[in-house]
Amino acid sequence: MCGIVGLFLKDKSLESKLGEMLTDMLITMTDRGPDSAGIAIYGQNSQGTAKLTVQSDASEEAFEGLDARLTDMLGAPVSMSVKDTHAVLEMPADKIESARSALSEMDGNIRVMSMGDIIEIYKGVGLPKDVAARFEIAQMSGSHGIGHTRMATESAVTTMGAHPFNTGSDQCLVHNGSLSNHNSLRRKLRREGVRIDTENDSEVAAAYLTWKMQNGATLGEALEDSLDDLDGFFTFVVGTKDGFGVVRDPIACKPAVMAETDDYVAFGSEYRALVNLPGIENARVWEPEPATVYFWNH
Amino acid sequence: MQTIDLEAEGLRHLNATLHAQAENTNQTAWEVLNPRGSHAIACGLDAPIEVTVKGSTGYYCAGMNKQATVNVHGSAGPGVAENMMSGTVVIEGDASQYAGATGHGGTLVIKGNASSRCGISMKGIDIVVHGNVGHMSAFMAQSGNLVVCGDAGDALGDSIYEARLFVRGSVKSLGADCIEKDMRPEHLEILRDLLEKGGCDAKPEEFKRYGSARQLYNFNIDNAY
Repeated sequence: MCGIVGLFLKDKSLESKLGEMLTDMLITMTDRGPDSAGIAIYGQNSQGTAKLTVQSDASEEAFEGLDARLTDMLGAPVSMSVKDTHAVLEMPADKIESARSALSEMDGNIRVMSMGDIIEIYKGVGLPKDVAARFEIAQMSGSHGIGHTRMATESAVTTMGAHPFNTGSDQCLVHNGSLSNHNSLRRKLRREGVRIDTENDSEVAAAYLTWKMQNGATLGEALEDSLDDLDGFFTFVVGTKDGFGVVRDPIACKPAVMAETDDYVAFGSEYRALVNLPGIENARVWEPEPATVYFWNH
Repeated sequence: MQTIDLEAEGLRHLNATLHAQAENTNQTAWEVLNPRGSHAIACGLDAPIEVTVKGSTGYYCAGMNKQATVNVHGSAGPGVAENMMSGTVVIEGDASQYAGATGHGGTLVIKGNASSRCGISMKGIDIVVHGNVGHMSAFMAQSGNLVVCGDAGDALGDSIYEARLFVRGSVKSLGADCIEKDMRPEHLEILRDLLEKGGCDAKPEEFKRYGSARQLYNFNIDNAY
């Protein structure tokens, strides 16, 4: 069992409330996944910049002067904003790959949670309400976001094992279910040169979609292909820079409820995650069909 | 009419109060406010009372119901009326997966659509769905009736035993050992009755009947112990 929530705003005036609404939805899903939680927020950036969200268990030392060190190493301005164990590093977009390799060579065990123009991913072990509070998710604004509450089955309860998984620029995936062919698929993807950091089954699904898209597929096509290539139970919710998608395996035993109004599209593992959304009484509420790809774009 | 605000009084209070109603209670009408998708609302009732839930419910609403009538003025989450023994459950909206699963008796009416596995392993319950049912409905159904006024999804009645399935619309595919059968006068009679109980204005003649071909392993006496 795991809990998924997602919110894709069509009405720009709601963007300042994205974090608040998503946090409320996430906390409602606590009993589906009390061991760890994570949230991806698609917010704003300055022109031509990109962001790395990084994490360290020894964040105080690791983040001390990190922006200055990176600025020196990259020869380009890097700004940093620290939130508890995470820090968001913003820099010119063309420096993002070199920053990533620089970080991997530094002390302090700095791990990359997300990379992209606008995505920020925060995740950690603990109750969803504590994780959300630690990173002040409720104060964040953005155009869309995805959250996950985890009850681990396929790998350890760690920050790295928490969802969402970011395997390509501005892409993220959360998963409710379990995959049975993730080991062979991970080997195949690694041979293809795809970076996979953990032994978690869901990260393989995320990496699979990224690999498909790197090879020319649209997110919709990649999701269609996942129905053939991934074996197991899944409800996936995925985010891209300007899009939001949902797919369930053909058996569809992992729950999913969606709601759509003129103002938003919302996803919840259960209806109770959606009950506080504005106008939910008159929203179109439905269960996504099995083996059917749903996708919304800005 | 007794009213319980679920948000203010909590689920334990609601269900304990409903369980405390005796066979001959004179508090027969109950209303539940603010269900907000909560789980296990009005579960395990065993008294001739009528409970109306004003909104949508989560997992396992009206599970194991005996005697009571439960009306949901909204949609129901997974496992509504699971293992019902008797009584009536009416969902005004849609029902999520495995509605009426393993039900032994009583009537479940779904006025919207039912999702996958509706009536899975049903053992005597009557289920009337005004809309469509999802894939693998009536999987391993043993006894009772499933009436679908709309369409049925993939693998209807897979590995079915003796339940009767009536579908007005299309059937995407039939499951293993499920076949279309003749609609004889006695079936039209049964169906007329069920449609009336379910508040449907559909005509029995518009439906097709499906059931077991009785060809699977367990139907062969040579495989008996």
